[in-house]
Amino acid sequence: MSNSKQKKLTPAQKEYQQFANQRNPERPIWSNCLRAFLVGGLICTLGQAISLFYTTFFDFTERTASDPTAATLIFIAALLTGLGVYDHLAQWAGAGTAVPVTGFSNAIASAAIEHRSEGFILGVGGNMFKLAGPVIVYGVVAAFFVGLIRYILMSLGG
Amino acid sequence: MLATFFWAFVVGGLICVVGQFMLDYFKLTPAHTLSTLVVLGAILDGLGLYEPLIDFAGAGATVPITSFGNALVHGALAEAEQHGLVGIVTGIFEVTSAGISSAIIFGFLAALFFKPKG
Repeated sequence: MSNSKQKKLTPAQKEYQQFANQRNPERPIWSNCLRAFLVGGLICTLGQAISLFYTTFFDFTERTASDPTAATLIFIAALLTGLGVYDHLAQWAGAGTAVPVTGFSNAIASAAIEHRSEGFILGVGGNMFKLAGPVIVYGVVAAFFVGLIRYILMSLGG
Repeated sequence: MLATFFWAFVVGGLICVVGQFMLDYFKLTPAHTLSTLVVLGAILDGLGLYEPLIDFAGAGATVPITSFGNALVHGALAEAEQHGLVGIVTGIFEVTSAGISSAIIFGFLAALFFKPKG
């Protein structure tokens, strides 16, 4: 809760807030981090294997293979989301399944599936980016400013 | 060869630990965490630090969402080199097209074929 909100609370509300904070279960940060490390690491290792597949059997270099690799991982994650497997895994692994590109796919696929009862245009189309939207918006805005600064520095430098 | 797999595991895992730490310790929502990581990736590429990480860790650096920020900046700069300032806007999605398009397509197909579960 932000500080400005906290000032408006009555004494009784403040007391309750403290009480609630005490009762809040302590998050097992270290075991959560270990799980995230293991699952996140395994997903990236799988990505490395897929990218090896694309460089060996198709005409991709190590650099360009990252695009089809991401697409393949996104396909697998969307499929697992549809089958209801990915969300079970995410419950256990936390950021380990959210941070890799598979988490991005899971966010889009689960929002699309969840809202299909509202119709394919307003439901699926309108809500698909509900969870993944912020990532794209802030990624693009940040990339615009970083790109602008780099461009200006490059033009000044020569 | 095995070393690449090992470093992909370690670096990819560590980036996820950073995300988990932001969720648990700073009590951010997943959307805040992922947005921060994407912005971080964009800034790291602006400083020229993300490419060496990809050379070192392979998929360990390209699979986490930070590489999305990196790829956005990369597309923007590649176009800017060819077409000048306007290239920053036209090039942003150049490299990330595969990720965004496939997420939309497979997300839509998932909604077409699957029903929500309990």
